[in-house]
Amino acid sequence: MTKYLIKKAGILLASLFIISTLTFFLMHAIPGDPFVQDKAIPEEILKALHKHYGLDQPLYVQYAKYLKGLITWELGPSFKYQGRTVNQIISEGFPVSLVLGVEALFLAVCGGITLGAIASMKHQRWQDQMTMVIAVLGISVPSFIMASFMQYVLAMKLDLLPVARWGSFSQTIMPAISLAALPMAFIARLTRSNMVEVLQQDYIQTAKAKGLNSITILFKHVMRNALLPVVTYLGPLTAAVITGSFAIEKIFGIPGIGQWFVMSITNRDYTVIMGTTIFFSVLLLLCIFIVDLLYCLVDPRIKNPGNESF
Amino acid sequence: MKWPVCASLSLMLMASSCQNGGPSSYRPTKQELRLNIHSEPPSLDLRKATDVTSVSVIRMCFEGLVSLDENGMAVPAIAERFEHSDDYTTFTFYLRDAKWSDGQPVTAHDFERTWKTMLLPTFPCEFASDLFILKNGEAAKLGRCSVEEVGVQAVDARTLVVKLDHSVPYFFSLTAVHAFFAVPEHIVSAHPDWADNSTEKFVGNGPFQMKEWRHHNFIEVQKNPHYWDQEKVRLERIFLTLIEDESTELTMFENAELDWAGSPMSTLPIDAMASLKKKQEVTTYPMSGVYYYVFNTKEFPFNNIHIRRAFSLCINRKAIIDNITQSEQVPAMAMIPPTIWKEERRYFQDHDLKEARREFDLGLEELNITLSQFPPITLSFNSASAHHKIAQAIQEQWQRTFGIRIRLENKEWKVFLDEMRHYKFQVARMGGIASFKDPTTFLDFYRYLSSSNNNSQWTNPRFTELLEQSEKIFDQQERTALLMEAEKILIDEMPIAPIYFYTGSYMKKPYVKGVYISDMCDVNFKMAYVETK
Repeated sequence: MTKYLIKKAGILLASLFIISTLTFFLMHAIPGDPFVQDKAIPEEILKALHKHYGLDQPLYVQYAKYLKGLITWELGPSFKYQGRTVNQIISEGFPVSLVLGVEALFLAVCGGITLGAIASMKHQRWQDQMTMVIAVLGISVPSFIMASFMQYVLAMKLDLLPVARWGSFSQTIMPAISLAALPMAFIARLTRSNMVEVLQQDYIQTAKAKGLNSITILFKHVMRNALLPVVTYLGPLTAAVITGSFAIEKIFGIPGIGQWFVMSITNRDYTVIMGTTIFFSVLLLLCIFIVDLLYCLVDPRIKNPGNESF
Repeated sequence: MKWPVCASLSLMLMASSCQNGGPSSYRPTKQELRLNIHSEPPSLDLRKATDVTSVSVIRMCFEGLVSLDENGMAVPAIAERFEHSDDYTTFTFYLRDAKWSDGQPVTAHDFERTWKTMLLPTFPCEFASDLFILKNGEAAKLGRCSVEEVGVQAVDARTLVVKLDHSVPYFFSLTAVHAFFAVPEHIVSAHPDWADNSTEKFVGNGPFQMKEWRHHNFIEVQKNPHYWDQEKVRLERIFLTLIEDESTELTMFENAELDWAGSPMSTLPIDAMASLKKKQEVTTYPMSGVYYYVFNTKEFPFNNIHIRRAFSLCINRKAIIDNITQSEQVPAMAMIPPTIWKEERRYFQDHDLKEARREFDLGLEELNITLSQFPPITLSFNSASAHHKIAQAIQEQWQRTFGIRIRLENKEWKVFLDEMRHYKFQVARMGGIASFKDPTTFLDFYRYLSSSNNNSQWTNPRFTELLEQSEKIFDQQERTALLMEAEKILIDEMPIAPIYFYTGSYMKKPYVKGVYISDMCDVNFKMAYVETK
């Protein structure tokens, strides 16, 4: 078990190093300059700006500096948003995306599992079909369409919620639903298909024959086995959802971190590109690591590697 | 099976039947304005800000030596009076008893130090070239002389003397541009991060002062009690949201959560323009800007003047405005917008197919090629739906008229700029808004081959001579005649094909009054107010 975890942690660090190196060199390979605008600036001023931000140094020097900054978590100043550091951008943006992400995750997991469970328990009946229609809608309707639709109906026509902005709980509802729709639908489908499979297993029949009530069977025997793929999916999902979404943050004017992933590349804001990418990678790898840990708890085969014969 | 259908039907019914009385009947109760400025200002330090968003906020919190009135004329602001030498190279500003928002006096030294700091070789200022107009400005920035030799000096706390590199008759109006504002030196020298957040260090000299700035969320400014002309300021507070999505902005405006939507701080969604115009809710104003295509005159076949002329004459500008942009833009058959030169100047006729074909044939003859040997042309533009639609229309017009092949190349913004800078294009879209109200703001693009905005690599000795000559002429009429001759040369040789002059479109609530927008996208809220209940 310990060996397994050490191995996983090693892979995590190696992945992080590869990601940061690749991102650095890819980013510098894209044509475009952080300071060039439509109104051209004289070459001398451009050179002075490059010197000020250390972009005049050879790439390997910049890379070494950046690695050093990464280790000390000093990610440098933003080129575009002058006076703001990447550390500030992350520390101000991430809590916002985290709150919204947790809300969306809660909706997605609770809603998804409930819908999936209903569908599988009422397999081939109207409840099943209805749930799957909702799931297909959730997967196929893009989040920004759903966001605009909700703004129109819930904010403009019914005047129940504010159109956009960030600050109160009511302002989080529409963005959270928009963010949750796709993963909720996905979890519902995943839960349903796995539960349908598990429900047909012999041990469930045995449990029923022993006279256990259906709630105990559902939670103790069906869910535990059926939710393994959902747990796997939850790792990357958590990382993705708590780091925000470009489209949703743009539509609702949310000061989260999601928009920086896109904006920094558009602006060639090198330090922000690196900072946000590394931050996301760390989160993603950590979430996957936690999922691996959870596996150990849920799946006995991992606790005792080598004992795969049963 | 029926309940969900019933539920959604009733929701839709409620939605359609609910005549939301709130938004349309909303009337403000306080002197407060709610605007959207589209995005987070990259910097509110006026020595570093370059974009419309930042400048909009800066103009609320800061004021220059002069400001422009509704006719674009320079009127006293921080300077109560000003004078110039006969040759327009020396300008003297006499400052009034104005104060910073922390109560400290605004002095001529503030202006001197601010301008000189911007010209330091080590100071990161992207638009420092705007100050090259000052004597030794360029030399100081390039490190060829000390910044102390730059032609700006505070004779005393209230008198600022500016010496220019050459004669500039429009310099007064130039000092209304934010590049010539001042920062509070007593704060800035001790706190380099003064403009990064809404702290007590954020000190300005404009009609409003910073109250709160939540990054990427909102900005709130309030009336500045120390402003010299504060009796005329009626608004108590301006609340600025930072929402990028234009449709959300419009929805918020319609839902009475905003008092203003659209230009100059943001834009109205192009897809909604037709329906908004039908409702007659949109106001359109002319802007000093031109949208144009630039030809790479060093590259075959656009090294030939007739080919360039043929391509430009062929464009149907009116059709593009009527069907694509739909914002009452003016077809451009000149380079300088009518907001700068009111004189009617039509150097050619729009969509002149007969002349275009004649020029095209002449071009083929001069290049000594036949139509079948004419290379396929690549038309580059940056990814944006309006640019794409315009390019498609022009592609079709060129292909149909000349029987040639035009390829469209859609590029990401920074890649596009990079290729323009390195002249890796044949024809590309460009656009420009005047930095100051003078024709040279556009003509200077092509003054020299080395001019940084000269993407076309076009040069003409007579054109350069006329621009240089115009700097020595002080008589306005004579100067205009010279510059018009220069414009005519530019249009005759067509290194660019002007397409239309920009306009701005916005919607505002009927109770919002007194907002003044200049044709250079500068918006002034000093005299603004709302009609309260």
